[in-house]
Amino acid sequence: MAEVIWGLATSHVPSIGAAMDRGKTEDPNWKGLFDGYAPARAWLAEHRPDVAIVVYNDHANGIDLDVIPTFGIGTAERYEVADEGFGKRPVPDVVGDPDLSLHLLESLVDDGFDLTVFQELDVDHGFTVPLSVWTPDPGESWPCPVIPFLVNVIQYPQPTAARCYALGQALGRAIASYPKDVKVAILGTGGMSHQLAGARAGYINPEFDHMFLEAIEKDPAKLTTLSREDYIREAGSEGIEMIMWLIMRGALNDEVTKVHSHYFVPASNTAAAIALFDNRVPQPA
Amino acid sequence: MSTDTPSRFDLPGTPVFDGQTSRRGLRMNKLFMSLRSAENRERFLADEAAYCDEFRLSPEQKQAVLDRDWQAMIDLGGSIFYVYKLAMMDGRSMQYLGGVFSGMTEEEFVAAMRAGGRRNG
Ligand SMILES: [Fe+2]
Repeated sequence: MAEVIWGLATSHVPSIGAAMDRGKTEDPNWKGLFDGYAPARAWLAEHRPDVAIVVYNDHANGIDLDVIPTFGIGTAERYEVADEGFGKRPVPDVVGDPDLSLHLLESLVDDGFDLTVFQELDVDHGFTVPLSVWTPDPGESWPCPVIPFLVNVIQYPQPTAARCYALGQALGRAIASYPKDVKVAILGTGGMSHQLAGARAGYINPEFDHMFLEAIEKDPAKLTTLSREDYIREAGSEGIEMIMWLIMRGALNDEVTKVHSHYFVPASNTAAAIALFDNRVPQPA
Repeated sequence: MSTDTPSRFDLPGTPVFDGQTSRRGLRMNKLFMSLRSAENRERFLADEAAYCDEFRLSPEQKQAVLDRDWQAMIDLGGSIFYVYKLAMMDGRSMQYLGGVFSGMTEEEFVAAMRAGGRRNG
């Protein structure tokens, strides 16, 4: 039976990937961010999964505004790294796991979550930056096959936080019912507070972010009571993408152990954070 | 300076990219998305007005693109992630755009972010 071994929440700001690609991680404006990743990376290197799922959103690279799926899953054998307009990031293309993808799809549809299926998909920074946060030097290939799990956070109405959390719980059940004995990791990406357009551009809300970081570990249900408007007001018009962390968290057990977390402002226009949870802890009876 | 985009919610200075906005901006956002390819960037730069016509932009959208009026592009239905494709082609950063939207220079905007970001009000 498949088991979720860890969950990682991380920002997916493109400039984090660019800083790595251009060897700027020791730059004074970036060092604080990358130093904060070190304990998580060390632990992750010791806890390698057989397959990972990355919950993310595309940013006008793999999909456009012709079709806007609220939730989607990739079922391909391979996903190419997207050219976002300045050449591809120098990181490996992604090997998928179609068998697990199709199992998750069927289980989730049976559970009431009617996902859009992507048989072809180029993955952008929303997907590759979290992989780089996890594995800074992948070499020829990422540590394991990875499945893209897409969420519309760009065009209103985004799914509610409650729906994202419920989807995560269904994803956890879907993984548990996979007959193969595989270790699964889940990455929930995006955030934290930021706003790119409007007179409020540059908005950061550390009080909200710290509340969210605490609650995602100990009381995720509390975060499901917040409306879209609450998220946009408190976290900024782009900060609403933090709802994707709730899908990751929903797939974990009620009780998790936080391995490491770190908060850093700014990664360009964004409050960046990482939070790593060990899912293999005894649950209360 | 910035005429504020009307917001779906009572959230001053916070444009919300909703269905009506996306309908309004669809042609222009498609143009921006096309700029991911080097070949299209070349064609655009060779005759920007003709390229706008090819994508059937409204006269206001075309003017906003030709003038690099970033605020107007947002007001006319641009999604920031799409508008950014044009900015990137021009060698402009998201911090530059943040400065435009909030009435600052790029340097001032970067300094505000490094000081912990901007707060409400
Ligand atoms: Fe994003």
